[in-house]
Amino acid sequence: MAPVEAKTEPIATRQAYGDALVALGEAHEEVVALDADLAVSTQSMKFGKQFPDRFFNCGAAEANMMSISCGLAATGKVPYASTFAIFATSRSYDQVRLGIAHNELRVRIGASHGGVSLGEDGASHQMIEDIALMRAMPKMQVVVPADYNQAFAATYESYQREGPMYMRFGRPATPIVYEEIPETLGDGVDVLREGKDISIFACGHMVWRALDAAETLAREDGVEAEVVNVAIIKPLAAHKVLESLAKTGVAVTAEEHRVTGGLGDAIRQVAAELHPVPIFALGMQDEFGVSGTAEACMEHFGLTATGIADLAREAMLKKPLVQHPPIGG
Amino acid sequence: MAHLKPVPDPAPAPEQGEQLDVAQLERYATVLRMHCVSMLAVAKSGHLDSSLSAADIVAALYFRVLRHDPSAPDWPERDRFVLSKGHAAPIQYAALAEHGYFPVEDLQGLRSIGSHLQGHPDMNRTPGIEVSTGSLGQGLSMSLGICLALRLDGRSDTAHVFAVLSDGDCQEGETWEGAMAAAHYEVPNLTAVVDYNHLQTDGTTEEVMDTGDVRAKFEAFGWDSIEIDGHDMGAIVEALERSRTLDRPAAIVCQTKKGRGVSFMEGRFGFHGKPPSPEQASEAMDELEATLKAQDEALAGAGGEG
Repeated sequence: MAPVEAKTEPIATRQAYGDALVALGEAHEEVVALDADLAVSTQSMKFGKQFPDRFFNCGAAEANMMSISCGLAATGKVPYASTFAIFATSRSYDQVRLGIAHNELRVRIGASHGGVSLGEDGASHQMIEDIALMRAMPKMQVVVPADYNQAFAATYESYQREGPMYMRFGRPATPIVYEEIPETLGDGVDVLREGKDISIFACGHMVWRALDAAETLAREDGVEAEVVNVAIIKPLAAHKVLESLAKTGVAVTAEEHRVTGGLGDAIRQVAAELHPVPIFALGMQDEFGVSGTAEACMEHFGLTATGIADLAREAMLKKPLVQHPPIGG
Repeated sequence: MAHLKPVPDPAPAPEQGEQLDVAQLERYATVLRMHCVSMLAVAKSGHLDSSLSAADIVAALYFRVLRHDPSAPDWPERDRFVLSKGHAAPIQYAALAEHGYFPVEDLQGLRSIGSHLQGHPDMNRTPGIEVSTGSLGQGLSMSLGICLALRLDGRSDTAHVFAVLSDGDCQEGETWEGAMAAAHYEVPNLTAVVDYNHLQTDGTTEEVMDTGDVRAKFEAFGWDSIEIDGHDMGAIVEALERSRTLDRPAAIVCQTKKGRGVSFMEGRFGFHGKPPSPEQASEAMDELEATLKAQDEALAGAGGEG
């Protein structure tokens, strides 16, 4: 059982990361945490206050933090290295790649402030290609929880999983999708709402919006959309994706990320090989973020429930009239 | 490579705790150099001159200073050796093989498909490798991570971490991030040994990117920092053993010559990353063999007198 109460009101997923770190620190002596001068933002400071001897602030030196994590893990510790998604990936890609992924070490990268909902700091801080970068990295697992409760489960359970892991958390308070703290992420693909007309695959901050969009589609269009939360983008539970596609025959994906290399492409890769159907991706086009409040940024780029519903309507027009069975199915 | 002379069987690796003297260590350094030439000649790929410049440092560490147990590579109390200049992997592989971490014959597989001896050190393939390296600049930070873990395990006083860096490492910003953090965390069990051979891929360090006074830089970062002749075995051993006794991180900047021990290569630009031709390998082996013979004779003489 998770050692905290499930949340019901909107709260940032990064808060869950911080809370789960403390719980992990209490449960496992070999858990250590690192940060790069953003510990209050990433919430790793909660761990740092509780376990000062096992907390290493590396200052504004993310590459160093990743290599130090490598050394710690190679010596039996289970490091949780935290910083903003932008610095956890593009700033220190080489260090993560060789020291952590290549060595298949049990390092967990807690990347907060993913996507444009980081808000006011703007393009220099809004990471919109981290999922692509980390998906491309051999051996790296990529986890994007949908709400506080799932983020807590993801972090708390990450200790049990083998190998390196990248976990993306968000800055703004986010509505709750899971009523309880899940026991496990399982294979990381959850059908949150069943439907037969179209699949909506979403991750992170787009999951609650996908549920809203499905509600709209049902009410205004009589369309039964299936909403699938993909929290583990890599390794992707392809059979669950195919199961939904076989049912609906058309899909949209929704992510707070470039449409290249992220969730959309992960789904399309599975579909293209095993069940080719039209799949439309909602996300960031060939563009950088801009300054604004979290919600204004999301709206600026169409990363909203309306955006998902509109794209779903467009996709429905392209849905083949005759469904074919999955290849080999 | 049938024409290439085999590396002679050296004396068996020293038992744990056995103290080799300077002359014996110099002999081991020659044997390691011969292994490197042999390996590179077969592999037709790799960094020979960068391996040769570090031979004396590596011999001093593996045959005298490091507390390690080849039969138990994971012994928690062991000292750690991290080759930040991972391109010099052959010299570490030679030392590991001589100690029996794996058979000496494996050396001939360097850089080939199916061999555990990768172009750069790989912790998951080769026994005795602590962390994978090869992308310059990372080794010192990784070593610091090991030190911090050892501290949590209460082993700061017993297990020491030696990181061997190149001048290229000192051009990478991360090395200085690591240096800053090591001083900040006041780790007493970290020694950075800089194999400062003054030559890099595109020319001399002075031409390409002058690293300036590396010793002074480490000192400015809060380290104990000294400079020595990196081919003076007595000085190397003394500096390494002294570094163990300090209560803060220590840098030993070793002035070395790339290709040391092979005259046509020594201190000369143009050999970085270039394997020796069969003729060059043969010439190098001849010279190293003569060196070894002289060292053996001197050792025999010394032994006879003793």
